Amino acid sequence: MTTNVVQVAYIIAAALFILALKWMSAPTTARRGVIAGEIGMLLAVVGTVLRHEVVSYHWIVVGFLIGTIAGIPLAYLMPMTAVPQRTAISHAFGALAAALIGTAEYYKSTPHGFTMVALVIEILLGFLTFTGSLMAFGKLQEILPGRPLVYKFQNVVNLSIFSAAVLLGVYLIFHPEQTQIFPTFAGLALLFGVLLIIPIGGADMPTVIALLNSYAGLSASFMGFALNNYLLVIAGALDGSSGFILSVVMCRAMNRSFTNVLFGGFGQVQVKAHELQQRTVRSATPEEAASILEAARQVIVVPGYGMAVAHAQHKLRELFDLLTKRGVDVKFAIHPVAGRMPGHMNVLLAEADIPYDKLFEMDEINSEFAHTDVALVIGANDVTNPAARTDRSSPIYGMPILDVDKARTVMVIKRSLSPGFAGIDNPLYYMEKTLMLFGDAKAFLTDIVKELAVGARI
Amino acid sequence: MALNELSVFVFMLATFLGLELIRRVSPLLHTPLMSLTNAISAISVVGAILITGEKDASTLSRVLGFIAVTAATTNVVSGYLITDRMLKMFKKRDDKR
Repeated sequence: MTTNVVQVAYIIAAALFILALKWMSAPTTARRGVIAGEIGMLLAVVGTVLRHEVVSYHWIVVGFLIGTIAGIPLAYLMPMTAVPQRTAISHAFGALAAALIGTAEYYKSTPHGFTMVALVIEILLGFLTFTGSLMAFGKLQEILPGRPLVYKFQNVVNLSIFSAAVLLGVYLIFHPEQTQIFPTFAGLALLFGVLLIIPIGGADMPTVIALLNSYAGLSASFMGFALNNYLLVIAGALDGSSGFILSVVMCRAMNRSFTNVLFGGFGQVQVKAHELQQRTVRSATPEEAASILEAARQVIVVPGYGMAVAHAQHKLRELFDLLTKRGVDVKFAIHPVAGRMPGHMNVLLAEADIPYDKLFEMDEINSEFAHTDVALVIGANDVTNPAARTDRSSPIYGMPILDVDKARTVMVIKRSLSPGFAGIDNPLYYMEKTLMLFGDAKAFLTDIVKELAVGARI
Repeated sequence: MALNELSVFVFMLATFLGLELIRRVSPLLHTPLMSLTNAISAISVVGAILITGEKDASTLSRVLGFIAVTAATTNVVSGYLITDRMLKMFKKRDDKR
């Protein structure tokens, strides 16, 4: 009887997870998706607790309590600018859970055949995603240097460690009773996770986070194989495919391949082929910027990671309100890899109460720059670099960019002329029509807003 | 144990379904999407409960299972809550107060 109840609960849970993702397709239905997911999870957990194999509850209850106590502040106190870090750490938790369950299952039954294959893959993916996500977290939280750490023969070292882990895994599949091998296998997987992420720079984080998301999901799926539980297989596969699609989207948005992101060591300061000539830039004061913005009919704002760092999104909203009130049409252009994770900019702008129908993807808005009066770039660099279109020698050649250089006037808020993550100079800054607004994004926007507000009162 | 081909079929179908569903998600929502799928994949809490709650589980199983229950529950709770918190922020112009 209970077995049937549990089976039904699992089937409904799987259906609800699928619906949750379906409803995520649009902002109007997305919150319904969350509720569907929550009910699905509740059914799955209650169903599992009811299973007759589960007889000892106290550790489970303690785990639930600690997890809940830790989870609530993680969700509510986390500032939106820190969402990439939170995502990385939650991938670490998910992967750790999968790896530990696999480990416990292995020591319990030392299974043979298909189950062992599934367990080995689950454990390998779980452990490497665990340490990899911790490293990503460290980089995003700036505990670790965000720049890629590269050394000689790095790829050779990484590849041999990975191969060694895989070989031990294969050996364990054929000789599961050799338990003394297992710690080495697990250790190599943990080590590989660290080494995999060390050479990856901050700007590649969107791809890496998406990829780790995918691995965490896959490892849950393989747990489903090992435990013969279809609900786990389905939920893990959904997560795995989601992470996979997002990383493909990110790679495409940078015109790079997976291998290039993972093994390219992109983002090291490259010695520039042509020396920086002494070129002149035009800069402007907040007053000048304000009067140009005020006189415009259409303004497109291009936010980047710099906006997130400066927490400038709320000031930007004030600017948006003031300009909109004066009849200026303000839109936002979001490059897929702007920020540190997929969709990072959208969440920040939404947090600042900027209506989402004003946020446009690259493909939707690129044709509009040509008849836009002002393109206002805030803390974005490489995604606006016209060298990606023209300069074959540039490391970002071929990357799709936002066509800000086609606007009548370009304004760039930036701390200094220092190059972006890839150490690439941006010719945009030296164009005739470009005005550099030097300063902290938040401070500069505050000054512009002040200027416009004074004008409004007169 | 022999190859459980049914679970492989289920995996394959779920992956294709996932690819189709995710493709339709607007890039606007990619961040909440990731936190939602993260919460969903914390379904590993099911495996963790089974390992921890077993009748004659070894100490090792109980300890590993307990850590896994805690980690997965953290993801379930924080994942769903933060997804909802983010989605609440996405407003159109007309539904502003």
